Amino acid sequence: MKIVMAIIKPFKLEEVRDALTAIGVHGLTVTEVKGYGRQKGHTEIYRGAEYAVSFLPKIKIEVAVASDQVDKTIDAITTAAKTGQIGDGKIFVINLDHAVRIRTGEADAAAL
Amino acid sequence: MTFKRPYSAGLAALAVGLFAATAAYAEPTVNKGDNAWMLTSTVLVLLMTIPGLALFYGGLVRSKNMLSVLMQVFYCVCIVTLIWALYGYSLAFTGGSDFIGGFSKAFLMGVTPDSKAATFSVDANISELVYFCFQMTFAAITPALIVGAFAERMKFAAIALFIPLWVTLIYFPIAHMVWYWAGPDAISDAVKALAAAADGAAKTAAQAKLDEVNADAGWIFKKGAIDFAGGTVVHINAGIAGLVGALLIGKRVGYGKELMAPHSLTMTMIGASLLWVGWFGFNAGSNLEASGGAALAMTNSFVATAAAAMAWMFAEWIVKGHPSVLGALSGAVAGLVAVTPAAGYSGPMGAIVLGLVVGVVCLFFCTVVKNAVGYDDSLDVFGVHCIGGIVGALGTGILVNPALGGTGIMDYTTGKIADYDFAAQMISQCWGVCTTLVWSGIGSAILYKVVDVIVGLRVNVETEREGLDVTEHTERAYNM
Repeated sequence: MKIVMAIIKPFKLEEVRDALTAIGVHGLTVTEVKGYGRQKGHTEIYRGAEYAVSFLPKIKIEVAVASDQVDKTIDAITTAAKTGQIGDGKIFVINLDHAVRIRTGEADAAAL
Repeated sequence: MTFKRPYSAGLAALAVGLFAATAAYAEPTVNKGDNAWMLTSTVLVLLMTIPGLALFYGGLVRSKNMLSVLMQVFYCVCIVTLIWALYGYSLAFTGGSDFIGGFSKAFLMGVTPDSKAATFSVDANISELVYFCFQMTFAAITPALIVGAFAERMKFAAIALFIPLWVTLIYFPIAHMVWYWAGPDAISDAVKALAAAADGAAKTAAQAKLDEVNADAGWIFKKGAIDFAGGTVVHINAGIAGLVGALLIGKRVGYGKELMAPHSLTMTMIGASLLWVGWFGFNAGSNLEASGGAALAMTNSFVATAAAAMAWMFAEWIVKGHPSVLGALSGAVAGLVAVTPAAGYSGPMGAIVLGLVVGVVCLFFCTVVKNAVGYDDSLDVFGVHCIGGIVGALGTGILVNPALGGTGIMDYTTGKIADYDFAAQMISQCWGVCTTLVWSGIGSAILYKVVDVIVGLRVNVETEREGLDVTEHTERAYNM
């Protein structure tokens, strides 16, 4: 099992969710985050006071999938979240040792 | 509030004519229509302060200091209301010296529902209690304007002490100097007595009486400075006190290095708009009568404000490349400030010019000058209120000229519009501006020092980092 973590542009969330649902991923955790990569930040000006805002608002999604689903998941996210501009985000894949569904006690693959 | 208004000329002449035929010195009557308008204006000015100014300022600070600003503004309204009733009204609006009134109306002594206050027309009085309340809202908003200059770093205890001292020693004297006069009925009676005096001795006595009535006025009033609704008393006064405070208390921790962006320009938009709405009470209410003069003040308060907002927005767009919401809102407030002294004197086209000028001048002060000098006037109390007030005070001296569409200045002794003299009027206006700058600038500096010795002006660095809401008030503005 793996956790696929993706940082995406906030307005791409719905498209990514639809793409994941289409390939059979039925669970997703979403967090509002801030950060920067190559996109850097932007400048804000308030009555002449200029501020370099280096942390941009992004959405972090996390999905737990079976190992053989990882490539399909990455494809789905990449296709849906891509605009081709700097700032589209990144995907990280992390090993997942164990999973439990709290309601039933089911474990690992059955819990996903 | 104004003191010489041409619109009263016709009414005054009519009133004089009518009453001359019946009784020599008829007791002035209260006009219910004027009273109704002044009751309305009074609550409109309160609306400017709470929630208007509170939200305008609150939106501009960081969310950790939102409540502290709301509290400071609300405190000003409440404490000044009490002081005004106890002795403030008496010090500002009774005769005494040229610089301060006396205590004859302290604790509202002798002020009853039957008491009358003069307007700008003969025999058109309003209830003194509504005049008292109307002026109270002016006394309340002025110190509330100051707190924007040292927002996000002043101890609440320091503000709690500073505000009562400041209104007592700075505001009441300035209000007295600019606005206190004997009123049109007193002058009219003295003029009639002079005209009726038969022989030389009686004429001398009547002339002495008229001189005495004319001398019963504030120092700046007698210099001939005109200030319709408080450009000097409210805005220059608060603006210079704010600058002195910002200089003495020092910059906020992290100023110029850390992000200090406004936490909610939405609130600032709501606040600025409520200020505009309430300002009709401030400016049109300062006419004291629901007459053509009030309509002129209302018209000017519309067009000058819109012109200043557009001037700031387009200037910023041209220079910086973007039209900002905060720029348009700041321009609107600058326009309101500048039109305050001019509202009942300028013609509408003059008011538009005044608005266009002040929008650009205040933008220049809030950006270029402030950054060049490097003071941390958190919410631009100096750049908008003091500078805008000075532009307005000097502009009023120009725009009152009937040749430029202005109303001219009523001379109650002759009952006619006085001849306009540019140089004389501008010198008068400068007296008003400079007296206020010096009195409030030096006086405020002394008061800040006194407060610093007694309770300390500034919170410590940890408190400032944590934010004043949790540390000073043990509350958060937003629990989400």
